[in-house]
Amino acid sequence: MVSVDGNGKTGSLIQVRGLDKTYRRGNEDIHVLQGLNLDVDKGDFVAFMGPSGSGKTTLLNLLGGLDVPTRGSVTVAGDEITHMSRGKLTDWRARHVGFIFQMYNLIPVLTAFQNVELPLLLTKLSKAERRKHVETALAIVGLGERMHHYPRQLSGGQEQRVAIARAIVADPTFLLCDEPTGDLDRKSADEVMDLIKRLVKEHGKTVLMVTHDPVVARQANLTLHLEKGVLVEAGTRQGVVAGGVS
Amino acid sequence: MVPKLIFGVIITIAAIAALLLILIVVGGIIAGLLAPFIGSVPISYNFRSIRARWTSTIVAILGIAGTVGVFVAMLSLARGFRATLVASGSKGNALVMRAGSQTEMMGGITLDSVKLVQDKPGVARDDSGQPLVTEEVVGVIPFPLISTGTDANVQVRGVSTNVLEIRKFVKIVQGRMFHSGLAELVVGKNASKTFAGLTVGNTVNFGGGRWKVVGVFDAGGSSFDSEVWCDGRILNEVLKRPDNIFQSATVHLTSPAAFDQFKDSITSDPQLNLEVQREVDYYAKQSAGMTRLITVLGGLVAAIMAIGAIFGALNTMYSAVAERGREIATMRAVGFSSWNVILSFLFEALLISFIAGIIGCLAVLPLNGWTTQTMNFQTFSSLAFAFKITFGLLVMGVIFALVMGVLGGVIPAVRAARRPVAVALREL
Amino acid sequence: MKFSGLILANLFRKKARLLLTIGSFAVALFLFAFLGVVSDAFSRGADVAGADRLVIINRTSIINTIPLSYRDEILRIPGVKYITHDNWFGGTYQDPKNFFPQFVIDPENQRQVFPELIVPDDQWNAFLKDRQGAIVGAATMKRFGWKIGDRIPITTTLYGLQDKRFEFNIDGVYHGKDPKDDQTQFWIQWEYFKESVPDRLQGQVGWYTLRVNDPGDSTRIAKTIDQSYLNSPYETKTETESAFAQGWVKQFGNIKFLIVTIGTVVFFTLLLVTGNTMAISVRERTPELAVLKAIGFSNRAVLGFVLGESLVISIIGCVGLLLALVAIPVLARALAGMLPTLLITPKTLVYGVVAALVVGFAGGILPAVGAMRMRVVDALRRV
Repeated sequence: MVSVDGNGKTGSLIQVRGLDKTYRRGNEDIHVLQGLNLDVDKGDFVAFMGPSGSGKTTLLNLLGGLDVPTRGSVTVAGDEITHMSRGKLTDWRARHVGFIFQMYNLIPVLTAFQNVELPLLLTKLSKAERRKHVETALAIVGLGERMHHYPRQLSGGQEQRVAIARAIVADPTFLLCDEPTGDLDRKSADEVMDLIKRLVKEHGKTVLMVTHDPVVARQANLTLHLEKGVLVEAGTRQGVVAGGVS
Repeated sequence: MVPKLIFGVIITIAAIAALLLILIVVGGIIAGLLAPFIGSVPISYNFRSIRARWTSTIVAILGIAGTVGVFVAMLSLARGFRATLVASGSKGNALVMRAGSQTEMMGGITLDSVKLVQDKPGVARDDSGQPLVTEEVVGVIPFPLISTGTDANVQVRGVSTNVLEIRKFVKIVQGRMFHSGLAELVVGKNASKTFAGLTVGNTVNFGGGRWKVVGVFDAGGSSFDSEVWCDGRILNEVLKRPDNIFQSATVHLTSPAAFDQFKDSITSDPQLNLEVQREVDYYAKQSAGMTRLITVLGGLVAAIMAIGAIFGALNTMYSAVAERGREIATMRAVGFSSWNVILSFLFEALLISFIAGIIGCLAVLPLNGWTTQTMNFQTFSSLAFAFKITFGLLVMGVIFALVMGVLGGVIPAVRAARRPVAVALREL
Repeated sequence: MKFSGLILANLFRKKARLLLTIGSFAVALFLFAFLGVVSDAFSRGADVAGADRLVIINRTSIINTIPLSYRDEILRIPGVKYITHDNWFGGTYQDPKNFFPQFVIDPENQRQVFPELIVPDDQWNAFLKDRQGAIVGAATMKRFGWKIGDRIPITTTLYGLQDKRFEFNIDGVYHGKDPKDDQTQFWIQWEYFKESVPDRLQGQVGWYTLRVNDPGDSTRIAKTIDQSYLNSPYETKTETESAFAQGWVKQFGNIKFLIVTIGTVVFFTLLLVTGNTMAISVRERTPELAVLKAIGFSNRAVLGFVLGESLVISIIGCVGLLLALVAIPVLARALAGMLPTLLITPKTLVYGVVAALVVGFAGGILPAVGAMRMRVVDALRRV
């Protein structure tokens, strides 16, 4: 179950309490997040929506351990990440987080295979084991045949699927997607969304996604809106039930 | 027969290639410089581009500037060396040595021969009717350098007392001339500055004699400035050489035109086995070896550096082309021709190299007149000479920079212009 | 090295730029080696001087002579092992440009004093029997394409000789034990030379070289020799061979300084080129590096990637040194007679490699640290 009131049960996978994030721009303090609470269970698929500048990406960065909050805590699978040193945070990211970006962010000089293999280079797996994992991940995203192509030889949708393979190959605790379909046409976007849904349903992945596209957001189990620095459930505010809660 | 043919063909091809290269370079420079007038791409684009890539532009500038600096410095060193020796010869003087002598040091001329020479036609005389001839001996004597304290050889020249009338550009600037028959020295201004103890009033020991330094002379930047002069007869005595043999005689002629007559009269005299040359020619020949060494070494170093600098310029221009891909494509799309684009890039490359050339020249300009000292291979003795940077050298330096600029700019420019517009637009 | 693939893939991202950077690196290293070799050539003598050898010259002037009669007197000084004498022949072969040093040697003692200059025994014996014989250094033989048995005409105007033409038979070739030994000399017989010089120069030698039993004793022996000829018509100046050679080098004055200055200019230019290339390439792929960090690569790993690229470039740039290895013998032939033989030594090569690594490191470290410090969040925003 997902909840945003700060009263979730203690066993939830991701637990966010009283998260504040303040930026200084010139002489002005900008309070992006103010006392944000969130609980996410294993296997949930949550979409975050909100207008530009509402702090969606900031939230994702904080959840992914790319940035540190001004106040508050983020606990994932029992580890509080807000007080980790930078080096520890890096290791933590490698083990627990799979990132999927709007612009795919593949390394252009590496093949699909090598791109997917990247996170595994940080593990102690042997070459043969790495190969097996990469092939499995690429098979899941349906690109098993294109693994020796370079990013520029792939379509946008295919590139994003490679990026998804890269995100799941090390079997992270959860996936963070920042506008995963923002740069894709409708057909490719649907393919990518089907894939993400399959990851949730068939592989039990936990997915947190930022998007500004209601159609995409509707694919998630629950849509949350970022307003004035806190999350609110879409249904209660706008009277729209964004998706069936399973 | 066949290998000869192939060789000929290769030579021809190489010549054509060289010619083409020269054409490209010269044409490139002219076209590039004229670009603001014939091309319609505004030059403000180039200035903006240079500003946007200032780090890599600075690197390219420093690469070319460094090369130009080394090039100009080495050539000015060679020129300075040559100028120092050439300045030692006077147009109106002739040098007489034994036939076959390469240098004065190898020469030998007896007092009897000198006497015969004095009476030849064309020899100038002073007011009292004495012939203006100086018979000279040279010794190579070690003195301690002020800079290191170690010995270096000084050329000590024994001359006759009327030498100042024969080498008119030599002036005593401190103290007085030596007196005939006394162990007295006058020292060149560079020798006085370079070696310990060669100052007026001092006494130095060499060759078992005690010598008093009585004067300093200024020989106008010639090699004599690095010498020490004394009475030739005394020097012969001290160096334990026969008192009737000298190494050369320098004759002041009634006029430079009298040289041929004088030379003929000596070569036709069966009693004399002597060689006559203009003093200027002798010293020019003396400088040839060292000048060649410095020029060859300097040229080699500058050429290798130039390759490196061209690579630097290429890198900068390539990154300019790469980063401006969309801009170029847009320009092409709205109707600029590929020539406009090529000219625009050439102009940019030339602008960079021109600035670099100027900087390189300015950087070495302070070297002008800076005196350095080395051993002259011909005499085994110390010779002070100065960097001589002329306007012509500076112009050569800037041209060299422009050549590097064209070579570094042409290929990226052509590449920029030849890229299909559609591809370039899509890439970005 | 599971990361080497990533470094190599990044290197080949822009092939033109890679080639140009490696090219300028190679050129600079080539120049580095060349200048090192020239600078070495200027100070060569001091490197190969025998520790146990002393040189005696005329105190008044190096071009003045010393009597042969001193030889036996000096040999009686305790501690002196061998002594030999030489004269500067100062001749010309065909053209003054073909300069090489000709020494009139004392065949009896030459090989005892200079044991490092090796002549095969049969050639040496042929030389001893041939009044007009000559032994020639390997470098000079090669320069003029001479063979044993050739007859070489040399004219000299020194020693009061009127442009006299001599002819010598090449009986043998000497090689140095160390490639740095001077292999350009042309040795001729004292006995043959003696017949030609005028009376006043009879029994006069140019300089002596002697070997002592104990190098530690050199100073005392030198002093003893110079003391005993003080106030004689031919005063002497005795120095160790290395002091003599160094004195000679110092007379070249600022030439070496100039070479070092040029070398420094080249070095810094090179540093800038590498640093610039690395900076451009890091700037271009800031987002990629950010992704690497986001998916869990540590700061140190990112630093390693950038620095690794720069070092790989510098190592490949060492082909410039290989080029120097090939080209310098060719240049040495072209410059023969103008400069002492140019010789590329392992020391120069090692210095070159070290210089390459230093530049590779220095050029890469700033962009690498920049990449390491970069905040992922900011970098991703720039996408």
